[in-house]
Amino acid sequence: MTAVSKYKIISSVCLLIYLVATPVYANSLFGQAVMLSVGIVALVMALGVLFIAILTKNVVQHDLINKINPGKQDYSRYLHNLNSQQISLLLDRMGKKQHLGVIALAMLSLVSFPSHAQSSQPTADSLLSQGGILITIVLISIPVLAGAIFLFFKITDTLNRYRNQQRVAEAGRVAVYLGGIEGEDLAETLQRRKDALDFALSHNELSGALPANDHKGLINNVEHEASLPFVARKRKAHVRPKVDPQLSRLVTWFIITATFWLVFGTTVGEYIGIKFVAPDADQFSWLSFGRLRPVHTNAVFWGWASLAMLGLGNYVVPRVSNTNLFSIKLGWYTLILINTAVVLGTLCLMAGINNGGGEYREYIWPVMLLFGIGLLLTLINYFKTVASRTTKEIYISNWYIVSSVIFGIVIAVVAYVPLWQNGLGETIIQGYYMHQGVGMWFMLFTLGIVYYFLPQQLNKPIYSYSLGILAFWTQILFYTLIGTHHFVFSAIPWWLQTVAIVGSVGMIIPVVAGTTNFLLTFKGAWYKITDSYTLPFFLTGILFYFTGSLQGTAEAFRSTNLLWHFTDFTVAHSHLTMYGIICFLLWAGIYALMPRITGQEPPQITVGAHFWLALIGLLFYTIPLMYGSTMRGLMWMEAKPFIDSVSFMAPFWLWRAIGGSLMWLSHLFFAYNLYRMMVTPGTVDIKKTAFEKLRSIDHVS
Amino acid sequence: MDFFDNHNKLFGAAFLLFIGLTAFVAVLPAIDNEQNNAPLPSAVPLSDAAIRGKALYVSNGCVACHTQQVRNVDMDKVWGQRPGLAADYASNRRTDFWRNTATLMGTERTGPDLTSIGSRQPSREWNLVHLYNPRIVIKQSIMPAYPWLFESKAEPAKEDVVVNVPDAFQRQGMTLVATQDALDLVAYLQSLKQAELPGAAGPPAFLYAKQEQKTESTDQSTQSDTETSENGQMLYATHCQACHQESGEGLKGAFPPLKGSTVVVDKDPSLIVNIIMRGYDARQEYGAMPAVGANADLSPEQIAAIINHERSSWGNNAPKVSVKEVEQIVQKIKEMPVQ
Repeated sequence: MTAVSKYKIISSVCLLIYLVATPVYANSLFGQAVMLSVGIVALVMALGVLFIAILTKNVVQHDLINKINPGKQDYSRYLHNLNSQQISLLLDRMGKKQHLGVIALAMLSLVSFPSHAQSSQPTADSLLSQGGILITIVLISIPVLAGAIFLFFKITDTLNRYRNQQRVAEAGRVAVYLGGIEGEDLAETLQRRKDALDFALSHNELSGALPANDHKGLINNVEHEASLPFVARKRKAHVRPKVDPQLSRLVTWFIITATFWLVFGTTVGEYIGIKFVAPDADQFSWLSFGRLRPVHTNAVFWGWASLAMLGLGNYVVPRVSNTNLFSIKLGWYTLILINTAVVLGTLCLMAGINNGGGEYREYIWPVMLLFGIGLLLTLINYFKTVASRTTKEIYISNWYIVSSVIFGIVIAVVAYVPLWQNGLGETIIQGYYMHQGVGMWFMLFTLGIVYYFLPQQLNKPIYSYSLGILAFWTQILFYTLIGTHHFVFSAIPWWLQTVAIVGSVGMIIPVVAGTTNFLLTFKGAWYKITDSYTLPFFLTGILFYFTGSLQGTAEAFRSTNLLWHFTDFTVAHSHLTMYGIICFLLWAGIYALMPRITGQEPPQITVGAHFWLALIGLLFYTIPLMYGSTMRGLMWMEAKPFIDSVSFMAPFWLWRAIGGSLMWLSHLFFAYNLYRMMVTPGTVDIKKTAFEKLRSIDHVS
Repeated sequence: MDFFDNHNKLFGAAFLLFIGLTAFVAVLPAIDNEQNNAPLPSAVPLSDAAIRGKALYVSNGCVACHTQQVRNVDMDKVWGQRPGLAADYASNRRTDFWRNTATLMGTERTGPDLTSIGSRQPSREWNLVHLYNPRIVIKQSIMPAYPWLFESKAEPAKEDVVVNVPDAFQRQGMTLVATQDALDLVAYLQSLKQAELPGAAGPPAFLYAKQEQKTESTDQSTQSDTETSENGQMLYATHCQACHQESGEGLKGAFPPLKGSTVVVDKDPSLIVNIIMRGYDARQEYGAMPAVGANADLSPEQIAAIINHERSSWGNNAPKVSVKEVEQIVQKIKEMPVQ
């Protein structure tokens, strides 16, 4: 073993030399890549030499032992672990006392690593930083390496052949030994062992010989003529006690209108995405890019996401309070007010009436006032529901949901009250508003929904209540600070930018706490994902929650602002988060809730189509856009002509339009699924009808 | 814990924490900012036309793609002569009863920054053509066209502002005329300039300046004096191409061609340097040219690179100018009295 440790030392010295040498000689990026590959090759070679050395050592050792005391070895170890056939052969021979045979031997198969050796230290030369030299070195080293690998295999092959000769010789000696053994005790032991090995089960030890019978009705949905399953079969939703029909109707209408705004808003989004590729697609003022962009963002924010959240909230808040919703009527008022706000807001924006160009603050105040009143009514409704709860604790979902409604109102008031909006005041408030809207309204509310539906769908409690509480308070503490990171390097006070950047880093705490909590709730229940159609949505949303949020932290630094600020990277990020997190989690919640309310389930194939189109579309949308805008940022830093950076983005904008189209298509599938979850199918169920007929006949007679 | 089981205490605490932080990072800094900043003395208030133009800028959502902020980083130097200050935005007040203040800083730079577009591209003719359809002057542009700001007339009246666009872009036999809206919007764009800082205090510095450029040119003495490290084609694309086009052919009835232009190929570069530095508006049939060189603070090396690019492209074949020659002319121009 000393030899092995010697080689270990040698190889670690090689590695050390390489690590020390790398930073000194590798200046250019290409140089670094070459250095890295040289290092890897050197490491592999060292391992190869080590391997050959060990092999040689074994062979020589074996040879020496055999020469020193030939024939004096203990072969009885070959009597262990024999199989049944081997034993019967042996027993036969022992019975007949004949000498015969060779026993088959197991062969050791060899694993080989390519190598041959020299510790390739880079020569100390500034030439190494020149591309041409590096390329030459690489080119020369290719045949050298090939030769080395060839040599390695030749050597190992020779060594192996020699070793096998040794092993055949030993096998001969073992055969002689086995032929010579005798004794009653040994024969008896071997016979017992053979009987044990020949033992087999009868295959009905547990079931017994009686025919199968399901006395307790545990087995359902038996398929007698199973065909090839083109779509994976997923579990049906559990049949639960009926939800109050009035609440069902309210929730259903929230979801219906939300879905309408999803389809409408993303149709607009898809169209303006196309306008990046075909700017002259139309030339009507109402359809021009600058007017439609806020129509898209506001419709999906206040129309789709907000209504879907509130709809699910109307179910979750009373459910976890173990009571009824305080007032169904207030729910209807909210629904009407918010829908009116989005309709009016959309019309205003298209007509060219907007609030001054702050993102997501484009609705003028009379429109946003309707939305605000809607939120206020919801707050009253939720708060009174929580106040009349029959549980002692307030379940964590309600912490998140009720707080987010409170914060939503605060944000709207701060953003629309004109007392602090002059000059740069407007921009400071804008930064605060747009980010609090995303983080304290959408994200917080959605997290509350996940804290209810995820444990429910997994049929196990949330992993840690206290992690949820930690995430709650740290989210408020850090998220509130980060608004102005949208205006880094602008004329906004430097200290405020720094606070925003620090807050963005602090967001790591709630994000990691939340993700950990959700993923550990999956622990021991991962297998449920494959036969559930809601859990894939939850898992995707949770993964994007982690990556998307931490990407936000990375984007907030000053250095990354140089590169990415003002480019489409921001657009990619906002879709990764608002779509990847919020939309996926809302869909998960809707697919979990609607079958429970209506008793109808969506067809699995269209749920699958929805999921995969949305996910693949999102990746097609964001990844090219992130790559392209990184390059665009670099072009700006190198002071390339601006218009060149516009032409450069063209292919990435095309990819965005393609990804966007897939996402849009997935929403049509979602709308269809919703339809299927609401409407009882028009086709007559033969079995059901037959039994109804039977019953009515009985009734008459 | 009782605290967590009492909805009044729990939500009250969350509310207070949120309100407190909101005051700290949003409301108080906003109030402080609006109270302690006034417009610079040299800032010119918007004209009535420009105010109407700004409303159009807002209502058409131009802010979706155009920022109006020069950040204090080196890469933003192309958009203004100094970083933006809080004072630059101080004159923005609430628009009207219905609408909030429009600072229009923006968060996306899909199109160029417009902080100083009024100095960079003051030409009304160019702006009108560009608004009617950006692809007439910049074929790679993806900016929307704004045809609804223009009218087609069979016989324009005397006071109408006629816009010359290529035949392919308008109906035959008709003349394109700018509406008041178009003129207002252009007036607003023309008004976008950075105000001079008062007193001796210099502007804040641009951060993250590139430094590696200087070190490599150790053997500059061997370079001929007509060659510079500047890339003439890139500079032309940034400063000249929007009007004179990539082909150097200009635009009929709006911007003169440089291809075969006597001014460009003239042996004596005095006139062309003069035009680049001080602008030009001597020919009735073309739009006025702004003082591109002075506005962008072009160095003699950069000007020489542009001129040499123009002298050697599109079939032009004139002797190159040296940096020294240009430097002398620029010096002379600077010494001339300002009219």
